[in-house]
Amino acid sequence: MFKSKQPAMYKFLFISLISALALNLTAQNIPSVEIKTMSGKTFNTADLTNNGKPIVISFWATWCKPCVKELSAIHENYIDWQEETGVKVIAISTDDSRSMSRVAPYVNSKGWDFEVYCDPNGEFKRAMNVANVPHTFLLDGNGKIVWQHTSYIDGDEEELFEKIKEIK
Amino acid sequence: MANYIVKSNLRPFIFLTHSLKIMRKIVYSLALVSIAFSSLFSQEEDEKKGHFSGNFQIDAQTYMEDTITGADKAPEIMLMNSYANLRYTYGKLTAGLRFESYLNTLQGISNAYDGTGIPYKFFNYKSDELEFTVGNFYEQFGSGMSLRAYEDKTLGIDNAFEGVLVRHNPHKGIYLKGLVGKQRLFFDLGPGIVRGADAEIQLNEAFKLDSVETQITLGGSFVSRYQADRNPILKLPENVAIMATRLSVQRGGFSIVSEYGYKINDPSADNLNNYQPGQAIMSDISFTKGTFGMVVGGKWLNNMSFRSSRSAQNNDLMLNYLPAISKNHIYSLPAMYPYATQLNGEAGIKAEIFYRLKPKTLLGGKYGTLITLNYSRVQTIDTTNLPMLDSIRPHWNRYETSFLSIGDERLYEDISIDIQKKLSKRVKSFFSLQYSAYNRQYIEGKDGMIEAFIFVGDMTFSLKPKHALRAELQFLSTKQDYGDWVTAALEYTVSPHWFVALVDQYNFGNSDSDKQLHYYMVRTGYTKGANRIQIGYGRQRQGVICIGGVCRMVPASTGFNISISSTF
Repeated sequence: MFKSKQPAMYKFLFISLISALALNLTAQNIPSVEIKTMSGKTFNTADLTNNGKPIVISFWATWCKPCVKELSAIHENYIDWQEETGVKVIAISTDDSRSMSRVAPYVNSKGWDFEVYCDPNGEFKRAMNVANVPHTFLLDGNGKIVWQHTSYIDGDEEELFEKIKEIK
Repeated sequence: MANYIVKSNLRPFIFLTHSLKIMRKIVYSLALVSIAFSSLFSQEEDEKKGHFSGNFQIDAQTYMEDTITGADKAPEIMLMNSYANLRYTYGKLTAGLRFESYLNTLQGISNAYDGTGIPYKFFNYKSDELEFTVGNFYEQFGSGMSLRAYEDKTLGIDNAFEGVLVRHNPHKGIYLKGLVGKQRLFFDLGPGIVRGADAEIQLNEAFKLDSVETQITLGGSFVSRYQADRNPILKLPENVAIMATRLSVQRGGFSIVSEYGYKINDPSADNLNNYQPGQAIMSDISFTKGTFGMVVGGKWLNNMSFRSSRSAQNNDLMLNYLPAISKNHIYSLPAMYPYATQLNGEAGIKAEIFYRLKPKTLLGGKYGTLITLNYSRVQTIDTTNLPMLDSIRPHWNRYETSFLSIGDERLYEDISIDIQKKLSKRVKSFFSLQYSAYNRQYIEGKDGMIEAFIFVGDMTFSLKPKHALRAELQFLSTKQDYGDWVTAALEYTVSPHWFVALVDQYNFGNSDSDKQLHYYMVRTGYTKGANRIQIGYGRQRQGVICIGGVCRMVPASTGFNISISSTF
C-alpha cells in the first residue's frame, strides 16, 4: 500500500503527516544515549537530572579554545548561579580517544565543579543535533530544551544566565 | 542509496526536478514513519510524544585567481558543501536521515563527493536492555583500535556503516554489541563486508561491588572483514580479522586506560602487500589531585592500518582509529607542522602536566595561573628487511620486528609550555612557547627534518559590558620550509551576537623575497541562539588541517566564504 504512486495517496499521507505533527509535536527531551563517566562507567543521558531545577548542557573539548573560555566564565559565576536558581551545569567532552585521558586532569586543574561526561564518538552530540562545539543547551525542570546557543564570545554567559532566570 | 544520487554535471533544471522528487520522497517517508508511530504507540501518547529535530549547515567559498599566492580560480567560481540532518523520535523509536549536497566539493576535500544525495538514513529502537539500528550508523569499540566509524565534516571523513547494529545490556554492567555492514565511500559503499562484536564488563556494577573504591572495566572486541580475492598473482586472504582487548582501572584521581590489538595478515596498498600480522599497544596513565593533573602515555604499533578495502587510500574506508600521540595544537602557527600516526609502524611517548597556582599566592597572582607542560616524541620501530622468497608468488613478510622495539629515526618531537593568567578583572592572557621537529623527509619524502620555535601571545580586554577586544600575536621561526612567519589577529566581539576579526599571516622569512606574502582574512559573524552566519574574505595559505591525528591538505585559495548553521 505504501508503495502507491497515486497523487491522492500522497495528499492523504501529507495531510496525515500534518495532523500527526499537530497531535504529537512537543518540545524536545534529552534523547537516550550511552556516554561515559569520568571513571569509565557507562551512563545513559536520559538519566541526567537536577530534581526539577534547570540544567545547562555544554558540549566542549579540551582542544577547543572558545569552549574552555565559556566553561571558565560559567565556573567564575557558578556558585552565585546555583544559589539563585539551583541550576546544574553538565559538561559533555567530545574529546575522542586521542585526548580523552586529558579530560579529568584538565577539569581538575581548572577547578571546575561541573558534572563531566565523555562522548568520544559523538553519539550524544549527534542525537542533540550539535554541528560544532561549543554548543550549549538550557533545559527546564521537566527536561525540555527551552533555549540553545552555538559558539561563544566573551560575555555570552550573561545571556545564558538571563535565560536561566526566566525559567523560574 | 544509488537512486538518490544526482550527478553534478547534469543540467540545472534536471537537478531541480530531482531535488523536488527527493524532497517529496523525504516528506512522504516521514509521513509514513510518523503515522506508523502514532498508530502503533498511541497508548504511550501521554508520557512520550514524538518530535522532530535537526540541524543544517552550509559552507560556500568563491575561488579567484591570485597570481601572487598562486591560488587557482575554480572553473565553477563558487563551491559549496552542505548538509541537513532530520530526526524524528517517538518513544523508543527514532528515525533519521541526512541530506548532503556538494556542488561542487570545496577544495581540499575529495571531489568524489561531488553531487547530492541521502547517504545517511536509519531506523532505531532502544529500550533499557536492547537496542537495534538498521540503515546507517556510527560505532566505536574501545579506543577505536579495532573499529571506529565516525564523521568529521571538516576533514571530509564519513565512514558510517550501512547495515545492522545490535546492542544488548543483559545485566547491569555488561554491554554487548554486534554489527554487520559495509562502509560508506562518498556516495557509495566500500567492497568489504564488516562483521564486528564487542563486549564490555564493568566489574563493580556487574558484581555489585559498590563499596570497592577501585573501578575496573574490561573489554574485548573482534572484527572481521570479508573481501573477495580477484588478484591474479597473489593469494590474498579474503577474511581478515583484528582483535583487541582493553582494561581501564580508576581509583580516586588515578586512572589507567590500556588497549592491545592484533591483526591477522592483511596485505594491502597501505603496507605494500606485506603478509606480516600487525600489533599495537596503547596506554594512558593519568593522575590528578587538587589543582595538579598529569597524563603520561605510550604507544607502539606495527602494520595496523585496517580498512574495509585492501586498495583504499587517503582517508577512505578506514575501519579502525589510531590517534596521534602528539598534542592537538589550537593556534595556527603551532599547528603548522602537525603529526599524523604512521600506520605502518611507530613508537611514541607523551607527557603532559597541568598545574594551577592558587590565587593570592606570590606566583599565582590575584586570580591564579594555569601552567601546562607538554612533551611528545615519536620514533620509527626497529625493523630488518627480509628477502623475497618467491618472485612468482611473492607472499612474504617484508621485514621483521620485535614487539616494543624502537628504531633510530625521530619522526616527531614537540615540547611546549602554556601559561594562562587573568591579569585583572578586565584582562585575560595566554602565552605559549614551543619547539617542534617534524621529519618530513621520512613521512612525505622531501625537505628533511623541519625544526621550528614558536611563540604565541593572546590577550583579551573587556572594554565595557559585553564588548571585548582580543589581540593575538604568533611567531614561528624555522630555517627550513618557508622560513619565518608572523601572525597577528584582532577580534572585536559584542555579546551575544556580533564579531569582527582581522587576521594577517606574513611569511616575512621566506628565502625567496617574491614569496614574502601576506595572507590576510577579514571575517564577521552574527549568532542568535543556535543560528549562526559568518562571512569572510581573504587568502588562505596552503596547509594541513588535522583532527585526531587525521589530516587533510588545504590548497592556497583567495575569495569570499560564507557559513550558515542552525540547530532546531
